[in-house]
Amino acid sequence: MNEGTPVFKSWSTAWLLLLPTVVILVIFLYYPALQSFVLSTYRSNLILGTRRFIGLDNFRQLFTGILAPMYRQVVLQSIVFSASVVILGLIVSLAFAMLANQKVTGSRVYRLLLIWPFALSPAIAGTIFSFLFNPQVGEVNQVLSRVLGIAPRWLDNPLLAFGLVVGAAIWKELGYNVVFYLAALQNIPGELSEAAAIDGANAWQRFRAVTLPLLSPMTFFLVFTNLAYAFFEVFGLIDILTKGGPVGPSALHLDNAGLTTTMIYRLYQDGFGGNGSLGFAGAQGVILLLLVGLITVLQFRYGGRNVHYGGG
Amino acid sequence: MAARTASAVAPVRSQRRPRTRWLIHILLILSCLIVTGPILFAIIKATQTTAQVLSPSMIPGTELWHNIKTAWQSADLGIYMRNSLIIAFAVTLGKTVLSLMAGMALVYFRIPFKPIVFGFILLTLMMPTQVLIVGLFDLVSKQAPPTWVALLSWITNPLAPTPYGFNWSNSYWAIIVPFLASATGVFLFRQHFMSIPLSLADAAKIDGAGPMRFLLSILVPMSTNTIGALAVIQFVYVWNQYLWPLVIIRRTDRQVVQVGLNLIISTGQDTEWGLVMAGAILALIPPLIVFMLLQEQFMRGFALSAEK
Repeated sequence: MNEGTPVFKSWSTAWLLLLPTVVILVIFLYYPALQSFVLSTYRSNLILGTRRFIGLDNFRQLFTGILAPMYRQVVLQSIVFSASVVILGLIVSLAFAMLANQKVTGSRVYRLLLIWPFALSPAIAGTIFSFLFNPQVGEVNQVLSRVLGIAPRWLDNPLLAFGLVVGAAIWKELGYNVVFYLAALQNIPGELSEAAAIDGANAWQRFRAVTLPLLSPMTFFLVFTNLAYAFFEVFGLIDILTKGGPVGPSALHLDNAGLTTTMIYRLYQDGFGGNGSLGFAGAQGVILLLLVGLITVLQFRYGGRNVHYGGG
Repeated sequence: MAARTASAVAPVRSQRRPRTRWLIHILLILSCLIVTGPILFAIIKATQTTAQVLSPSMIPGTELWHNIKTAWQSADLGIYMRNSLIIAFAVTLGKTVLSLMAGMALVYFRIPFKPIVFGFILLTLMMPTQVLIVGLFDLVSKQAPPTWVALLSWITNPLAPTPYGFNWSNSYWAIIVPFLASATGVFLFRQHFMSIPLSLADAAKIDGAGPMRFLLSILVPMSTNTIGALAVIQFVYVWNQYLWPLVIIRRTDRQVVQVGLNLIISTGQDTEWGLVMAGAILALIPPLIVFMLLQEQFMRGFALSAEK
């Protein structure tokens, strides 16, 4: 590491090199972030173009006012959704990566088949799943109705729709997670596991005592990238597959919003999807910014490492 | 070292009972099916006639070319693909160049308050675009300030709701310019440059090389892994973007392919699923090619450094 003396002295060149990055970050990230705070204190209407300062009224509406039951449900759903995607997704991905790491004939082909969906997008995943699980013409229901005589309404039944979005979201992210887990597994020296084996540890004990702890930095990294994915990137998948619907069962008091509406999806609906109230969207943007900030602080506190949120 | 590892592993492999090996193969095939199954389904459906597409038949047909051609021409897939390609290449190139420059400035130059500047750049990792769209929308879509006075009043009053903007909705600029800077990129290049011995830069300076010469003939050739890794991350990220183009682009002939897929689904009374599947497969190909081509660099330049 060479943090010592700088080689070049010219200030002007240094600033010329830095300026494009700094200017773009100020104009297109810092200013819009600031504007999210500003807009959250206004009642604005995208369609009418009207704007009035109302202080913290938007937040009051979301937390205690008329919109509170809806927003509480959306926040709860987001948390359950993200936790499911992160936990189930990482367990499945780790299992696949460990299989791909086995030294068997054809392992190169297996690996390639398991990591290529790295490039898959949420929108493509949503597109394919919306055909696959289409109630009438989808392959799944055509097969199910022939074999078992049932045709579940995947996109109309709230719980099925929620499960389907979770499944599709996990499936889309498998390639990404397997790439990183496989890289980490290949970096673990085989001797460690062998030494444990000689000491009489069985496969499960070796996994618990050797592999899992050595993978923990990677797991830590993946938990946060997957959280960012589940909170924000999944938007395209939801928009194509369910558009945030269907409304949840009233018996469980989940009928204040579509069951697959996550926080970012609700922000979009309020700001741009017909509701046309940028103020509420701005307030939700502020809430999400604070949430990301909180998670980042936790991450530095407990990991002290840098995690990259995709293309940021 | 490699030879030792190989000889240490070999006995374990031969000890493994055939039954275990078969089990591993079966589980591997199963997981490959889970991962690739939906894509295989899409590929097969993209080759069938409309009648076959709507039937449960999973036998590959002969209509692939026809479906692609129809989607490309009459469903505007060609336009969406072109737009996505232009944007993805522009952003990937711009981000890489700008990050290289900033990374170099942070490592090889004397800059006042350097940690603050670096922190200022890193802090943007906490600002995902999706969350910023409310503020970004006004800034990018509103009319440009008509006079210098208007511009000045805007700049001097940043706490008022954005009165003016860049008037870029419906142009490529809207989906290119806001994404040209990258905290991830600056961070990766800075880390990489800090691992290069400083004596190299000193030697270059003694030989009379200026900063630009040093950047182009020494740093860039030594950074192929990092450049490749960043290119993969950025290309895939930009290509797959959905929310921002959906919100800011209103003219379909400027729309990107991810949003375009949804437009193809919702055109007409009944969705032409064969065309949609052909579109989905085509939309997957460019980032897949980039990933496959730069996979080695990506693994060495990013995936392995992520766990350090």
